[in-house]
Amino acid sequence: MTNATTKPTVATVWLDGCSGCHMSFMDLDERLMTLAGLVDILHSPVVDSKEFPQNVDLTLVEGAVSSEEDLHKANIIRARSKYVIAMGDCAVTGNVPAMRNYWDRSDLFDRAYVENAQEPVSPEARKALLPLAVVPPLRPHATPLHEVIKVDLYLPGCPPPADAIWFVLTELLAGRVPNAMSVSRFGK
Amino acid sequence: MTSAVSSGESITLKIDDKDISCRSGETILAVARENNIDIPTLCFMEGLSVWGGCRLCLVEVAGSPKLQAACATVCTEGMNVVTASPRLKEYRKMIVEMLFAERNHVCSVCVSNGHCELQDMAVKLEIDHVRFPYRYPHLQVDNSHDRARMDHNRCILCTRCVRVCAEIEGAHTKDVKGRGVLAAIIHDLDQPWGESETCTSCGKCVNVCPTGALTHRGTAVGEMQKKTDFLPYLTLMRRTES
Repeated sequence: MTNATTKPTVATVWLDGCSGCHMSFMDLDERLMTLAGLVDILHSPVVDSKEFPQNVDLTLVEGAVSSEEDLHKANIIRARSKYVIAMGDCAVTGNVPAMRNYWDRSDLFDRAYVENAQEPVSPEARKALLPLAVVPPLRPHATPLHEVIKVDLYLPGCPPPADAIWFVLTELLAGRVPNAMSVSRFGK
Repeated sequence: MTSAVSSGESITLKIDDKDISCRSGETILAVARENNIDIPTLCFMEGLSVWGGCRLCLVEVAGSPKLQAACATVCTEGMNVVTASPRLKEYRKMIVEMLFAERNHVCSVCVSNGHCELQDMAVKLEIDHVRFPYRYPHLQVDNSHDRARMDHNRCILCTRCVRVCAEIEGAHTKDVKGRGVLAAIIHDLDQPWGESETCTSCGKCVNVCPTGALTHRGTAVGEMQKKTDFLPYLTLMRRTES
């Protein structure tokens, strides 16, 4: 894919998060129109493209790295993006997705798919209940983005307020490195 | 006690290049704060004994190769103290990041979200992420007390609760067991809090806790606000009476 444009290119990605950061992004409201004039958004859950494009100037990543697919996506994002922002507490700290890390994966699966099943099940039936096919395998821990790839800027918040996202984007587009802690914090 | 041991003899020193006079026996922290010089602290609390455990108040003292805890170091004549430098800021950031990595502090779902001294400290020190790998220990929540709750996931072991219980309430229900990452707050002989025979249910520990580790029951995310104004009041009244 080639980018026939001179505007900076932007992508947003949703890994293991609740989409709240993207909701906050949508809460830019009328500023989204201004943003559309300033950048080209090539890839996003709200843009109809399946493949992460080449040569992205700026990528906002929501969510922790929980599954092998998340890790795969993170590596592609890093290889194809000049600047990566960890957007929101899940990407920055692991946050709620990382609360599963206190338990072993098999205990988690037992709890979610067997213990909470309606009837006691046989070991064979138990295996059929577990999500071991089609869906991407879970990694042992859900981790912050910077534990698997280099992150250029951290924007904490659960979710980061729309004003904080706007501040960070406009500062970067103006060629300045914003201090995200001046507009957000863990848990904001 | 922090400021109760001064003998009245006047001494002079420099803090951040500012000439300051104080009474002998006063700590660097007390004198700095009297002079509107901010030194960050987490375990220190006016009215409780000095613990010196969080190490956030470390300062540089000319002539000493080691950093000194301002809360536990008494001012001496001619002392030259630096309370803010790139080196100190880096150490303070590391300390707070290690606190976040050591246990499970999930601000977004914490009852103390928005009213937490650890969270505020991260903002103050501009900590936008934690550089150390998180440990994700499996820790318990003691829900046995009928009024309060102890969540070990959110405890930073500042021991304010231990000190207020022993020194102000006089019950000494709480203490610390274990060492290093295995250290934990206990009640009586490491029993469930609700089964403690010494706890008076006064709630002082809940109010001095800087994080969401000790909370009132029935609080939801962001609802737990601590009230610490009782402590200087009680301390002052007791000093006046004695």
